[in-house]
Amino acid sequence: MMNQHVDESAIGELRDIMGDDFGLLVDTFVNDSAKRIDDIQAAIAEGDAVRLRAVAHGFKGSALNISARQLTEYCKQLEYMGRDDNLADADTVFQQAKQEFFQVRDFLKAL
Amino acid sequence: MYQESEPALKILIADDSNSDRLLLKAIVQSQGHQPLLASDGLEAIEVFKQQKPDIILLDALMPNVDGFDTARYVKSHSGDDFVPIIFLTSLSEADSLAHCLEAGGDDFLTKPYNNVVLKAKINAFRRMLKMHVTLQHQRDQIAENNQRLIREQEVAKLTFDKVAHEGCLHVPNIQYTLSPLAVFNGDVLLAAVRPNGNLAVMLGDFTGHGLAAAIGAMPLSQTFYSMVGKGFTIREILVEINRKLKEILPVGVFCCATMIDMDFTAQSLEIWSGGMPESFLYSVEKKIFLPIPARYLALGILEPERFHAETDVYPMQTGDRFYMWSDGILEAMNAEGEMFGEQRLEQIFIDNEEPARLFKEINQTVQKFIGDTQIHDDLSIAEITMIEQDEFAHFFPRNLKKIHTTAMDWAFSYEARAITLRSIDPLPVIHNLLREIPGLRYRSGEVFTVLSELYSNALEHGVLKLDSSMKSTAKGFYEYYRERSKRLEKLEQGSVRFDLDYKGDRDLGCLQLTVTDSGKGFEHEKRLQGSLQSSGYSGRGLLLIKSICDEVTYLGDGNIVQVIFNW
Repeated sequence: MMNQHVDESAIGELRDIMGDDFGLLVDTFVNDSAKRIDDIQAAIAEGDAVRLRAVAHGFKGSALNISARQLTEYCKQLEYMGRDDNLADADTVFQQAKQEFFQVRDFLKAL
Repeated sequence: MYQESEPALKILIADDSNSDRLLLKAIVQSQGHQPLLASDGLEAIEVFKQQKPDIILLDALMPNVDGFDTARYVKSHSGDDFVPIIFLTSLSEADSLAHCLEAGGDDFLTKPYNNVVLKAKINAFRRMLKMHVTLQHQRDQIAENNQRLIREQEVAKLTFDKVAHEGCLHVPNIQYTLSPLAVFNGDVLLAAVRPNGNLAVMLGDFTGHGLAAAIGAMPLSQTFYSMVGKGFTIREILVEINRKLKEILPVGVFCCATMIDMDFTAQSLEIWSGGMPESFLYSVEKKIFLPIPARYLALGILEPERFHAETDVYPMQTGDRFYMWSDGILEAMNAEGEMFGEQRLEQIFIDNEEPARLFKEINQTVQKFIGDTQIHDDLSIAEITMIEQDEFAHFFPRNLKKIHTTAMDWAFSYEARAITLRSIDPLPVIHNLLREIPGLRYRSGEVFTVLSELYSNALEHGVLKLDSSMKSTAKGFYEYYRERSKRLEKLEQGSVRFDLDYKGDRDLGCLQLTVTDSGKGFEHEKRLQGSLQSSGYSGRGLLLIKSICDEVTYLGDGNIVQVIFNW
């Protein structure tokens, strides 16, 4: 089954590696991500480019590991905005990232 | 699966992202290794200190202490150990990879993490760790062996120093350069004063290095010092050393050598050289140097019956200097791998303005040439300067052995006939006898001088019928000695007879020494007076005898000389 939010073959590999702990991995990712979503929102609200860059960077790495490609891309855009200290479009991208995260979460939780 | 038989590694995972850490932990565990976890740099350093991980997986951006500082800390605190650091990165961060390397990173693992890739990296580092441990072990072993070798050499050197001692190298007319451990480079420098007051010096260079090269130095020195002390000529000493070395040294090990006998009375230099680079004889008056090539094979190669111990004799004047060296100086290399060579050596002599500085200039030039890129232990150089006989006599070693102190009264006759004269020097026999006389113990040099002077006269003028006036020119000097060996070699008839008559006790005594040759004699009265004006190399001998002995009498037709020492 094709999925636009995560790479299913990669998810298969993750399941092989994690075994019984796959559920724990998903929970950890989801909990961490929820916290990061809050952090990014706060950083954008405060205009804190440095914090935005740092949080988005970490989020990007974790999303990549879970094979959430589209989410990774949004995080990367946010990270670069922070790096370039240009937060003009940050909130727009953030909203997209948040929606994408909910999709990924729902998909993973359904597994 | 060979990996499974390998022991598990302790792998530190330092990442602030919980899910990423969890994933890596699972991968590491699935490969049979033991994961150690840290969520920031501070924790990572703590785990590193406490648990000594074999490999560290390190996220670059972490709170508190970041990955770069953690890497720097680990690399500067692992001592001799190799702790590989693999940085955890995202593909998009190519520009920060250089930063990771600078901090001490050894490799990268990019996200998303891949089981197989990490396995390959861990296995590669495991092999590297193994090699590192082997290398360290071997390095330690080499260091230990080297230490032991040095200790053994130090012990061996103490023994060598006793046997191959420096003799009289301390006399002021000898200057030399010799590494403290030269014996282990195969270089030996020996010097001793002969009973007649001549100075014998030998520079030897054994093939090879280490103990193998040093082992021959023992019999060499023993033979040298013992025979020089007993008054043997350098020709006889060389024959004996060659015989001994040929007997004991393995094939392929031999000793290149230059041996000289400096005669301060006759102001001449007798030299034998085998297998060595050219020696130089520097004339202060003419400001030129004469290269003296080695004419023979090294010692320890030829069977005794094929060994040549013919020497050459060169006149010298006070202040003239003789230089000899082993090939270490010619082969000394600079940073570019060039050898010092003969031309540079000759140039020092050409450029020199003050002969007294020559020795220093040679050393300085060679040192400057090789720079401090290499340690050169085998630079052996010796300079021996001709000085006045009186001046040198101050430095005579007094090897006093226990001798009879009771009253003695004896006579001794010894006649050396043609075959004997051809093949050996009879003087050591006589000299050994004279050493037993207590009253002469402080005059043994003088007595030997007289003895050898009388013997040379008897042999060269009486038996061989050579004309000493030949020696007044430098050319004639060589001619004279060539003729001497030619005639001596063919000698069929003739004899020299020594008659000794001694009476004395511990304090007083009288020795009468009569030397009779088979020749026709000569006009000795005229010669004795004439020699006062004579210059050059002839005639000085007779004057010298007159100055040392209490009485000198010519008997017969001048073929009998009788001298008396009273004390």
